[in-house]
Amino acid sequence: MTRIFVPKDAAALAVGADKVAARIAAEARSRWLAVEIVRTGSRGMFFLEPLIEVEMADGRVGYGPVSASDVASLFDAGLLTGGAHALRIGKPEEHPFLSGQTRLTFARCGIIDPLSLGDYAAHDGWNGFARAIAIGPQAIIAEVTKSGLRGRGGAGFPTGIKWKTVADTAADRKYVACNADEGDSGTFADRMIMEGDPFALIEGMTICGIGVGATKGLVYCRSEYPHAGKTFSEALRIAREARYLGPNIQGSGFTFELELRMGAGAYICGEETSMLESLEGKRGVVRAKPPLPAHKGLFARPTVINNVLSLVAVPTVLDRGADFYANFGFGRSRGTMPIQIAGNVRYGGLYETAFGLTLGEIVDDIGGGTQSGRPVRAVQCGGPLGAYFPRSLFHTPYDYEAFTACDGLLGHGGIVVFDDTVDMALMARFAMEFCAIESCGKCTPCRIGATRGVEVIDRVLAGVKPAENMVLLEDLCNTMKFGSLCALGGFVPYPVMSAVRHFREDFVPRALAAAE
Amino acid sequence: MDGKRMPEASAWNAERASEIIAEHAGLEGPMLPILRALQQEFGCVSDAAVRLVAEALNLTRAEVHGVVTFYHDFRREPCGSHLLQLCRAEACQSMGSEDLAAAVLAKLGVGWHGTTRDGQLTVEPVYCLGLCATSPSALLDGEPLGRLNLDKITEALEEARAA
Repeated sequence: MTRIFVPKDAAALAVGADKVAARIAAEARSRWLAVEIVRTGSRGMFFLEPLIEVEMADGRVGYGPVSASDVASLFDAGLLTGGAHALRIGKPEEHPFLSGQTRLTFARCGIIDPLSLGDYAAHDGWNGFARAIAIGPQAIIAEVTKSGLRGRGGAGFPTGIKWKTVADTAADRKYVACNADEGDSGTFADRMIMEGDPFALIEGMTICGIGVGATKGLVYCRSEYPHAGKTFSEALRIAREARYLGPNIQGSGFTFELELRMGAGAYICGEETSMLESLEGKRGVVRAKPPLPAHKGLFARPTVINNVLSLVAVPTVLDRGADFYANFGFGRSRGTMPIQIAGNVRYGGLYETAFGLTLGEIVDDIGGGTQSGRPVRAVQCGGPLGAYFPRSLFHTPYDYEAFTACDGLLGHGGIVVFDDTVDMALMARFAMEFCAIESCGKCTPCRIGATRGVEVIDRVLAGVKPAENMVLLEDLCNTMKFGSLCALGGFVPYPVMSAVRHFREDFVPRALAAAE
Repeated sequence: MDGKRMPEASAWNAERASEIIAEHAGLEGPMLPILRALQQEFGCVSDAAVRLVAEALNLTRAEVHGVVTFYHDFRREPCGSHLLQLCRAEACQSMGSEDLAAAVLAKLGVGWHGTTRDGQLTVEPVYCLGLCATSPSALLDGEPLGRLNLDKITEALEEARAA
């Protein structure tokens, strides 16, 4: 029986993976061929999706992008023996997009059946957990600290220090809260993990719980990810039945229970304190800090809040050791970063690599420039609150410090590419508009500033005192940046001001622009 | 929004609603799971539902109302039989989603959040579906669609209506 792997990642489904799988099954039946179709996550090469893979004696052979109408011709070409076809890409891991990557966090994604405990264990699953229970809580935290792992959600806070703070805070109970409210445009790494390797998140959270002395974890997943929610909740059920969750996990003496909570469509709930409010069942209004969530978080108990990617990096850190992980990277940015290349890009997808590539290498060499074939004009890094970079900054190394130095942020690792048809004044306006839609309303600079920001840009574009209004826009951005309670209002000046600084020629009255 | 098709939504039934509330009441912070489950069952969170939830969780109606109105997903009235959520975030914009959305809305004769006159389809904006390397993207009744253009959306809508 030949095994054929077809992704069920939402992005693969979006371009017809289910129809392809159904056609493969039908075609095989009609030809009296025995095939087993295994649904996997995605390899992250979305330009090749749906990417199907056939298992051969010496590894897999990939074909993509496959549409249902290609399936018959694939069988004619000898699909089951890796036959030649225009869509054949050879061994997926030798494809240039994959061969240059260092896949630690995404080592299994796209390869295994996400809900098979057997597959997970056969691909180094639970090794990190095994070492964690062998070395105990204090050594777990020491190992994570030594690895140099920093929060992959955006802020880049050292994970080990956060864990130690929670471990050192006395309380009747503690929580691990996983932020899977991946709302930044251009990011999909959390989604890919929850759909393609959910046990890794369960393992990472369990290790965290053991490390800090928490017995309960919650995953807050955004409602825009219904497939991630379905796969992860199924994974929870399977893990619970196999005693990888619950009391006395695998006879270790440690207890850890995990729950999935779906959000309800509020970008702000990706902000950690707003997420806590939402988990508690309230409006997702941001809390003032202090107290830090590590001291007083969910239900006023010490709470570790980490992003999916931070937690999924943990099993690797424990399994392979802190030095192994820290060996990758650049400066104070250690380990690997799953970079997500998106938007108007030729080779869009997930590229996990050590920190330190330049932005230009990522966009031009790996991403292959725009999909439209037009010149790249701008890239937005780090989601709707991240700065727009012009080509003149493409030499910037991709790491936390270098990006901060040029008023940018890595955020959650998303890069959105725009060609030369983009109107940067409209992108700046959108940033303000988005902030106005998603503001929780607690602080004035964000609640009112975002709406005023849209109005000021509209006046510039309408030709109403454009020079004066540009000064006003900058002043407003300063107020929002320094006066907002959280990163929503505080960071929205990044896209706006970077657009102004690097693409000022777009901020001209539209009547004039049309006349030119 | 899970985009569950609205024909599956049941008419309001206080007894069933109380059961749903009771099923989730034991959770820590049960409010969102309860509201989501109620909307899943009845297609919206009505005033009657707000009253029941407030009673069950020992909160004021104002507090529950505050939560319901904070989150974009919760609706006070059911949407059309089908729900199309078009992504308007930056990655989709870079691939022309704004022009596409304008064309779709014009073709259907509705605005954002509007429902076609036959009650068949509601169109809503959504800000990122995590399908950013296969833009422009959308969810139709909760199922993802990528690399969209007007023809593909039209075809998908016709398929959904026929189903």
